Amino acid sequence: MALSDSKVSIVISQGSLEGIYPGLIMANGARAEGMEANLFFTFFGLDAIHAKRHEHIKLATVGNPGLHFATWAGGIPGVSTLMTHYMERKMDALEIPPIPEFVELISDTGAGLYACQASVDLFGLVKDDFIEQVDSIITVGEFYEMADGGHIIFT
Amino acid sequence: MPTTTIAEVAVEVTDDGFFVDPDQWTEDMAPILAAEAEIPELTDRHWQVIRFMRDEYFAKGTGPTVRMLGKTSGVSVKELYQLFPMGPAKTAALLAGIPKPRGCI
Repeated sequence: MALSDSKVSIVISQGSLEGIYPGLIMANGARAEGMEANLFFTFFGLDAIHAKRHEHIKLATVGNPGLHFATWAGGIPGVSTLMTHYMERKMDALEIPPIPEFVELISDTGAGLYACQASVDLFGLVKDDFIEQVDSIITVGEFYEMADGGHIIFT
Repeated sequence: MPTTTIAEVAVEVTDDGFFVDPDQWTEDMAPILAAEAEIPELTDRHWQVIRFMRDEYFAKGTGPTVRMLGKTSGVSVKELYQLFPMGPAKTAALLAGIPKPRGCI
C-alpha cells in the first residue's frame, strides 16, 4: 500500500491515437494503485478532451516508422482511417475502451482533467469546446503548483 | 513468502499482503483486513464488491480490474473509489483474500 501516498501529473501533448493512449493508461493505472493523478492536455493533446474531436482520433500512418510500412503508402487517402479501425478492433478485443469512454472512466476514478491555457488560446478554443469532465483551463504555473511534490510524466 | 496471523489463523501472504491461497480466507477475516487498509467499516456495498471479486477469481482465475468491476459488479466506478479510496480492485482483492488483479486497464 506504499504507493497510496504518491502523486503523478501526466502531460498529454499529442493528438494521435498512439500519442494519447499511453498517458490515459498511466493515469488510470495510477488511480487504480491508489495514487493521486492529474492529466494535463496541451497542444494537439487537447483533441482527446475536445467534445467534437475526441471520437475521431486517428493513428498516424505517415512519419511513424513503428508501423513498418512505406511513408508513401501511409499517405494514401483512407489508410489512416483503415489502420485506426484495425487498431480499435484489436483494442476492443483486449477490453481497452475507446478514447471518449476511457477519458470519462478516468474522470470517474477521481483524476483531475485540465486543459493548457496557452494551447487553448493558440487554437482559439473556450471551455465549452471541451467535454464536461474537464475541470478547468490552467496555466503552466498552476500546473506546476498542482504537480508539486509528485512525479511529472510528459507524453 | 511471509506468514501472518489473521483471525487467529496463520495465513501465507505475498510481500504486499495478498493471499497466496484464497482458500485460506474466511469472511471474518475481511473486517480485520479492512481495518488495516484504513476502511473502518464494511458496508453491504463493500461486501457486494468483495464477494464479486471472489466469484470472478474462482470463475476466471484472476480478479477483475476497476473498469470490469464498474461494468459488471453493479457498483459504479465513482462509488468504487468512494468505497475503496486506495484503489478499488487492488483493495477489494486484498480484503477478499485473492491475488492482486494484473490487468492494465
